[in-house]
Amino acid sequence: MRPFDYVRAGDGRQAVGLHEPGTMYLAGGTNLVDLMRLGVAEPDRLVDVGRLPYDRIEPVPDGGVRIGATVRNSDLGAHPDIRRRYPMLARAVLSGASGQVRNMATVGGNLLQRTRCGYFQDVSKPCNKRAPGTGCPAIPGEHHNLAIVGHSDSCVATHPSDMAVALTALDARVHVTGTGGDRVVPMPGLHRLPGTDPQRDTVLEPGELITTVELPAPPVGRSTYRKVRERASFAFALVSIAALLDIDSDGIVRECRLALGGVAHVPWRAARAEDALIGSVAGEEAYAAAADAELALARPLPRNAYKVALARNLITSTLRELAP
Amino acid sequence: MNRVEGRDKVTGQATYAYEYDVEGVAYAFVVQSAIAKGRIRSLDASAALTTPGVLTVLSSADRPELGDTDDPELAVFQGPEIAYHGQAVAVVVAETLEVAREAARTGVRVEYDEEPHDVRLRPDHPGLYRPKVVNPGFPSRTEKGDVEAGLADAVVTVDEVYTTPALHNNAMEPHATIAVWGPDGDLTLYDSTQGPTGHRDITARVLGLPPERVRVVSRHVGGGFGSKGTPRPQAVIAALAARAAGRPVKLTLTRHQMYDMTGYRTPTIQRVRLGADAQGRLTALDHDVAEQSSTLKEFAEQTTVVSRVMYATPALRTDHHLARLDVPTPSWMRAPGETPGMFALESAMDELAIAAGMDPIELRITNEPDAEPGSGRPYSSRNLVACLREGAHRFGWARRDPEPGIRLEGRWLVGTGVASSTYPAYRRPTSASVSVLNGDFIVRVAAVDIGTGARTALTRIAADALGASPEQVRVEIGDSDLPKATLAGGSMGTASWGTAVVRACEALLKNGGKEATADTTDEVGEAADFARHAFGAQFAEVRVHADTGEVRVSRLLGVFAAGRIIAPKLARSQFIGGMTMGLGMALMEQTITDPDFGDFLTDDLAQYHLPACADVPAIEVAWIDEEDPYLNPMGSKGIGEIGIVGTAAAIANAVHHATGHRIRHLPITPDKLLI
Repeated sequence: MRPFDYVRAGDGRQAVGLHEPGTMYLAGGTNLVDLMRLGVAEPDRLVDVGRLPYDRIEPVPDGGVRIGATVRNSDLGAHPDIRRRYPMLARAVLSGASGQVRNMATVGGNLLQRTRCGYFQDVSKPCNKRAPGTGCPAIPGEHHNLAIVGHSDSCVATHPSDMAVALTALDARVHVTGTGGDRVVPMPGLHRLPGTDPQRDTVLEPGELITTVELPAPPVGRSTYRKVRERASFAFALVSIAALLDIDSDGIVRECRLALGGVAHVPWRAARAEDALIGSVAGEEAYAAAADAELALARPLPRNAYKVALARNLITSTLRELAP
Repeated sequence: MNRVEGRDKVTGQATYAYEYDVEGVAYAFVVQSAIAKGRIRSLDASAALTTPGVLTVLSSADRPELGDTDDPELAVFQGPEIAYHGQAVAVVVAETLEVAREAARTGVRVEYDEEPHDVRLRPDHPGLYRPKVVNPGFPSRTEKGDVEAGLADAVVTVDEVYTTPALHNNAMEPHATIAVWGPDGDLTLYDSTQGPTGHRDITARVLGLPPERVRVVSRHVGGGFGSKGTPRPQAVIAALAARAAGRPVKLTLTRHQMYDMTGYRTPTIQRVRLGADAQGRLTALDHDVAEQSSTLKEFAEQTTVVSRVMYATPALRTDHHLARLDVPTPSWMRAPGETPGMFALESAMDELAIAAGMDPIELRITNEPDAEPGSGRPYSSRNLVACLREGAHRFGWARRDPEPGIRLEGRWLVGTGVASSTYPAYRRPTSASVSVLNGDFIVRVAAVDIGTGARTALTRIAADALGASPEQVRVEIGDSDLPKATLAGGSMGTASWGTAVVRACEALLKNGGKEATADTTDEVGEAADFARHAFGAQFAEVRVHADTGEVRVSRLLGVFAAGRIIAPKLARSQFIGGMTMGLGMALMEQTITDPDFGDFLTDDLAQYHLPACADVPAIEVAWIDEEDPYLNPMGSKGIGEIGIVGTAAAIANAVHHATGHRIRHLPITPDKLLI
């Protein structure tokens, strides 16, 4: 057995202080423990941050909400204010994993979970994300559920989170603390595209710890989260969408938020689609044009071109459903 | 009748193979090959051997002595050749599982001379050949009448290729063994097996022991679906490891290792050609399959044999072709042969019905044979038509508009489909004893309950035969020291074991004594020459999302004719379980092989999708009362497998009805419907 230290931090400052090279933070463990069993993650030390006092969901004066990093996914998805005011977030969280996993998984951990690309999870195989410079066997190999946008010759992995897709659409602000002090990282912006260094999933520096996710007041409009997968429950998205639409009395799109899951190394904010839609006349034509504007960026691989069609259909049909 | 061991199971008292408390036990972990083809150049276990807690390492470098090495999957560590990725190359034995696993991972350095591998089955594979027989002993090829003439004369024809992917059994309980050598050299194996007697005989032979020196105990088994029908390498490895360590040894395969070492269903590429006259009567049926086996062993799934059973036709050809690839040996998985074969045949029959402008139920009824088409033998009983009619009534088939792709509820396209199912009613020799103890009856037979409810069914059978209440009967199974029995496989357990139990009970009543035994070898051997099969009709209603291609099964009905149903509550579970597994096959299950690395990629329960509860509707099951005097004293046919057989075709046919798209390549994932 590969030995490692385990320490439980009493507060965020202590957690950061305990972090050294080779340290990983542990919260719900629903991803990290799997990765340790597989030999993908081999930390020398685990600092357990699962019981840090970031376990509250609180309103903030500007009408937004502050969600602690150790709030369990099940508590977030069931929270009355979240369900009422941020339905796309509640739906996204509840569409992830299973009830048992959601009971363990935390908000911070959900944002920082690793890709489920089969090559990344198999230490017998090359993978630039796990072992930089070894290559990406998914590109010539099995990639039917991997990225169609934003990928590189080094990596075609997708980010697996549902929750992060909704947070990306909601302009979440991620509060982190580290040896360099506290800072705020906006979403989109926390996760990064693979480029030539896909081993880095996010912009966080070593030792930085997520403490809180803050949401501004919910934008006006009807919203939802819709996830397409290969079984009805407990599967990662082929493509998912967090969407919000607000149409004024003249039929003009006043506000629109669109983010896609399952298509990229990051939860993908569909900014081009949003730009195309806002100010245009709501309707099939505008929805299709918006989808096409975003998916013009798509560079599908030989066996995942279906995702382009799926994303297009999902954008247009979700917008259609949201229109009053 | 409730499951007699139900309380033991739900309270955690039921002991599974890995759970026996054995004094002084050590733990073993298997090292697997990292290449798909080649030779081990060197194997250096010195780092493992110097790891604190490691007791020993066994590998082909030691070439442990075995008896019969004819089965290359069981003749472990006998040479440097590697036949597939994940083949066992060494085992580490240690004081704890953790030490064994870590030393196996980091302390055994294996270097290979790798050769190019070939793991991809394709219809034009140059290595395809016709095996002499297919599982379990059918001829590969049969031909009757003039197929080409029948097709030429046909008014309507279907000529299509259907494929099914590699599938894995995924029993809940992993394959596990505890091996204990006694001071006198006797071996006890606590093992997760579908057949203690056969397991004992085979393992004894491989180890070079007389069978009476080996005992196999498997009181509770958490599923097998065929993958535990014969001993797997871990049983032999555990015995060798225990002998080398001088200690009892526990060995379980991980879920990942199960994918490599415990069998799977071969992928199939099937071509079906059907011809019919203007009335829908078949003029020809031609069914051919290409499938795979390993280079180690020939296992040929009997995929097209179903076409010898199902429909009347003047011209019938069935054939099998096998490619030997650098892959693990495929094996039995719930209804091997029938399951992939009926997906193809019953999809093709649906296509024929559409081409002929006929109702698919009427097409099947039109082609009801008088005798088994392949053999000419009379059926002991055949009630497919009754199943189809009863199912049509229950399902509301009469209201169905055959036009595909026209029913939209919201954004969901709705469709319904039907398919037939069939499974043979086998029986094999078994012995049993019954004795009287304080007014109660003890029934002994080396049967095994793999979760089917066999213990309960045998209790019922014995009680009925003795004229006693089930509470007076205690059934002892799951131990090779009990009277020898055939395996829980081929849906023949209850029929085989039950016959022996009934005969033993009859003998007891006749002799009026304290004990009686029976051996059904003669009775089974003398059975009259009938075609014995269960039949069924399976109906599905699906919803396919018009924008995303998601498929949801909203209704699933199976009506079966399987002789007398012995234990209704447990029988219903068997049918439902089979149909659920068929739903998984239809919509999501597939094992993807990586052509570059030569291994199975989707080798865990996160990546290999089995149906979740949310995928499974309230499944409706019914059966018709079937009297068949030519089966066995209970009048029963097996029920463990038929539930899976027609499900995938019924769902695929319903998807066509919903969308107008014919999906001939399983599973029916959204990408295939996004056109």
